[in-house]
Amino acid sequence: MTFPLADLVTILPELIVVVAACLVLALEPITPPRRKDGLAWMSVAALTACFIVTASGMGDRVGAFGNLVVVDAYASFWKLLLYVVSGLTILLSIGYLKEERIDLAEFYGFLLLSLAGMMVMVSGADLLVIYLGTELMSIPLYILAGFKRFEARSIESSAKYFILGAFSSGLLLYGVSLIFGAAGSTRLADIAAAVAGRGLNDPLVLMAMMLLIVGFGFKVAAVPFHMWTPDVYQGAPTSVTAFMAVASKAASFGALLRVMLEGFGGVRSNWTGLILGLCLLTLMLGNLVAIVQTNVKRMLAYSSIAHAGYALIGLVVAGWVGTNAGTVSQGTSSMMLYLAVYALMTVGAFAVIAILRRGGVEGDDLDDLTGLARQHKGVALLMLLFMVSLAGIPPTAGFIGKLYLFMGAVNAGLTWLAVVGLLFAAVSAFYYLRVVMVMYMREPSPEQARATRLALSPTAVIVLAFAAAGVVIVGVYPGPLVAFTSSAALP
Amino acid sequence: MTDAATASGGFPWLTLIVFLPLAGATGLMLVQDTMARWVALGVSLLVFLASLPLWLLFDTSTAAMQFVETHQWVASPSIRYAVGVDGISLPLVLLTTILTPLCIAVSWASIRTRVKEFMISLLVMETATVGVFVALDGVLFYVFWETMLIPMYLLIGIWGGPNRVYAAIKFFLYTLAGSVLLLVALIVLYVYAGEQSFDLRTLSQATYPPWLQAWLFWAFFAAFAVKVPMFPFHTWLPDAHVEAPTAGSVILASVLLKLGAYGFLRFSLPMLPDAAQQFAAWVMILSVVAIVYGACMALAQSDLKKLIAYSSVSHMGFVTLGIFVLNARGIEGAILQMVNHGITTGALFLCVGILYERTHSRAIVDNSGLARPMPLYATFLVIFALSSVGLPGMNGFVGEFLVLLGAFAEHKLAATGAALGVILAAAYILWMLQRVVYGEPAPHMASKLRDLHWCETGMLAPLAFLVFWIGLYPNPMLTVMHASVDRLVHREASVVSVGDGPVSSLPASPTTQSALIADAGEAGRP
Repeated sequence: MTFPLADLVTILPELIVVVAACLVLALEPITPPRRKDGLAWMSVAALTACFIVTASGMGDRVGAFGNLVVVDAYASFWKLLLYVVSGLTILLSIGYLKEERIDLAEFYGFLLLSLAGMMVMVSGADLLVIYLGTELMSIPLYILAGFKRFEARSIESSAKYFILGAFSSGLLLYGVSLIFGAAGSTRLADIAAAVAGRGLNDPLVLMAMMLLIVGFGFKVAAVPFHMWTPDVYQGAPTSVTAFMAVASKAASFGALLRVMLEGFGGVRSNWTGLILGLCLLTLMLGNLVAIVQTNVKRMLAYSSIAHAGYALIGLVVAGWVGTNAGTVSQGTSSMMLYLAVYALMTVGAFAVIAILRRGGVEGDDLDDLTGLARQHKGVALLMLLFMVSLAGIPPTAGFIGKLYLFMGAVNAGLTWLAVVGLLFAAVSAFYYLRVVMVMYMREPSPEQARATRLALSPTAVIVLAFAAAGVVIVGVYPGPLVAFTSSAALP
Repeated sequence: MTDAATASGGFPWLTLIVFLPLAGATGLMLVQDTMARWVALGVSLLVFLASLPLWLLFDTSTAAMQFVETHQWVASPSIRYAVGVDGISLPLVLLTTILTPLCIAVSWASIRTRVKEFMISLLVMETATVGVFVALDGVLFYVFWETMLIPMYLLIGIWGGPNRVYAAIKFFLYTLAGSVLLLVALIVLYVYAGEQSFDLRTLSQATYPPWLQAWLFWAFFAAFAVKVPMFPFHTWLPDAHVEAPTAGSVILASVLLKLGAYGFLRFSLPMLPDAAQQFAAWVMILSVVAIVYGACMALAQSDLKKLIAYSSVSHMGFVTLGIFVLNARGIEGAILQMVNHGITTGALFLCVGILYERTHSRAIVDNSGLARPMPLYATFLVIFALSSVGLPGMNGFVGEFLVLLGAFAEHKLAATGAALGVILAAAYILWMLQRVVYGEPAPHMASKLRDLHWCETGMLAPLAFLVFWIGLYPNPMLTVMHASVDRLVHREASVVSVGDGPVSSLPASPTTQSALIADAGEAGRP
């Protein structure tokens, strides 16, 4: 197969990331230990280059390789978000990996490879390409989850993630093969044409659609496909957890939204009910089970499930055949906004957990936060900010995200869904505020009072400052981000 | 982008008042713990001074919003930073700016740990509460409304009593659960009004179909009734009051509880006039139940703070009753009652706090016979307690009397029930006074009973002045409200006249009404 060289320019960011990943992996063995940070900085530089390329090339839809891959504003939005999250993860990891004594530079290589997979996912206009992207995203993540290779829990996390991830990939691939049988092609445009012709009377299309939803349901951790999440998130190194909870979820949502709207847009009245069911289950289970967690990472795992439920509201709105015009773009843009906001506050929260890893203290148990407000006022204040934002209380970014989601829902005539979502937000405040309570209102025991040092590396400070500034700025002045997401939304 | 000039010389007074405390709180992060008290006091006094021009420059002849500032905040959907005051919000803004310095002063010695964080919470609280009163945009209103939960949660949870964590989370979840419906209702208003605006004035001018009004009314009701708190949503209040530090109790009673009633006046009445008419009877029933129930509960308390907390439930019942009789006298009485309750209950909580610093007990049995060892204190306590009863000549009388007048015009049975509350108030307050002020001091406490320090006198004296000023000469307060309340009432009245048949009880015309109110003021003179 031949293709014009110009197509390579279209996927320039992907190429940069892959080359950087290979360079990191190749240079790792010959880099002296004290120079290893340089590889991390090289990765950050590659991400910066990608950011510039993507940001400057934002605009009309460009297809490449016979329209297997498209670059449009929508894909670019997700890519920019993914660069930022990856960059923050790398910066957070520089100090954290040393603290965990697993500072191998392969870490950054795998992370970049995973990022490349995510970029392919959000740019894919063909189900096989998207599938390829999910695999490229997942396999390095399996390794990263088990990166604390001396700890049984991390290995368990990796194994669980691998088995369930492979299983969900199988379902996804099965769905792709069925739709190929029905439509004779795996391109989203062809699928849309075939679906429009036959509708859901064809059992093949119906089965394929459901399998795809299940496959993506695993990737975004929607209930009832969420079972892997708590164990994997808890066992994985904290910076990897942040990356999984944010980047892989964002990329999967990006791909899911495109598949459902561009591939199955013609039968949207058939799948919105299904997504709505998933959304309600996810909201309910995520929020209710989070209440009983005593481990912060586990709590955040359930909270990330709950937030997937909120993001699904955006998909429901986008697919809902409502009474008011513009619900598609309103739904997609509110979901994009929500995930961007979610990325900021979740990375921030995990960064705080990561720097609590000190000496012998794991730092992820709720008790480890006891009295943090006395010893480290700044860190406690930031955690307060992230928790308040996760609970969706103004004037933080979390509120803005929820406001736009629910405005979309009401506009589509789904007022009851907004009410349900907000009631669960009130429930979520209970477990987020418990973190605040432990930090501010509980007296530390003598031994907790002794472990005062934090693993606060300069790069971790950058991560915390960036996340906090983002949460506050988007909360107080959301205009630019809102305008950006609505301009990049799928029509 | 500025699309409206500001009134009154164009100086952004309201923005200054709203954000000066926040700026102060930010500045506090940089100063030493020992300086925190002085900086906070200075900032709050500046805010108070900045709020005086509002009172002096306020034009009482118009119902329009004044000191309006409007800036685009988010372009699409249109959310604006819009602030302004009218006769309903102005008294409440002033109440907040007067009480915050007093709260800082009363915490001077009693808060010893994490002083800086305490002062930051108080100042953020002031920003949020003033913000709610002046916000003219629905989203802005909601942002301030919710922001206030965090500092209050911290105030109760960090510096509160032994059971503080429970009380703090209960407070937080109750009010949050109520206010999520407020957000949905706001969005629904936005969508159905079809004006692409969250501006409260625009939303008030639109008309909504009756079925929608009914839904929205109860959604708003959930948010505001929890905050007031109305029976049966009041159960968070006694816990929060008992556990909160003195300053927290004062803010809670004097300012926070007013937000719910203010919400009724700003949202339920002007935006949903049909539903307000339709459901007024229910709210009146709940109000009367709250008045009587709160008073009965107060009779049974042995803890001073709990007694005042339940008396708040009772007094706020007068406020909601006055609002939902839907006539000018009732509403003006309700607003005045809000201010009065803020002054009186705030002062009572200050008194209890001052006493607690000496005896470290809030139980009535431990704090008895104060008249002899603490004569000055006892005098103030008696003044504020009698104001709470509604003794003529004091502020409590004017508000309650107007509410009862309004209620008698609409619904005699409700008014009779509410009047019963006044009698019960006399019972629990006088009985409390008898036990606390008279008799012999408890032996183990006798050595601790020092009279007021001059600083403490300085805190209570301005409030005592307000008690008598409003009690003897309420007209300046009432004049401020007239125009705004008239507009509110006429919106209600126009709905009635459009509806079925003749109107039984039109509100009094402005002239007779002011005459009546002047009468009420006169009657207040001893």
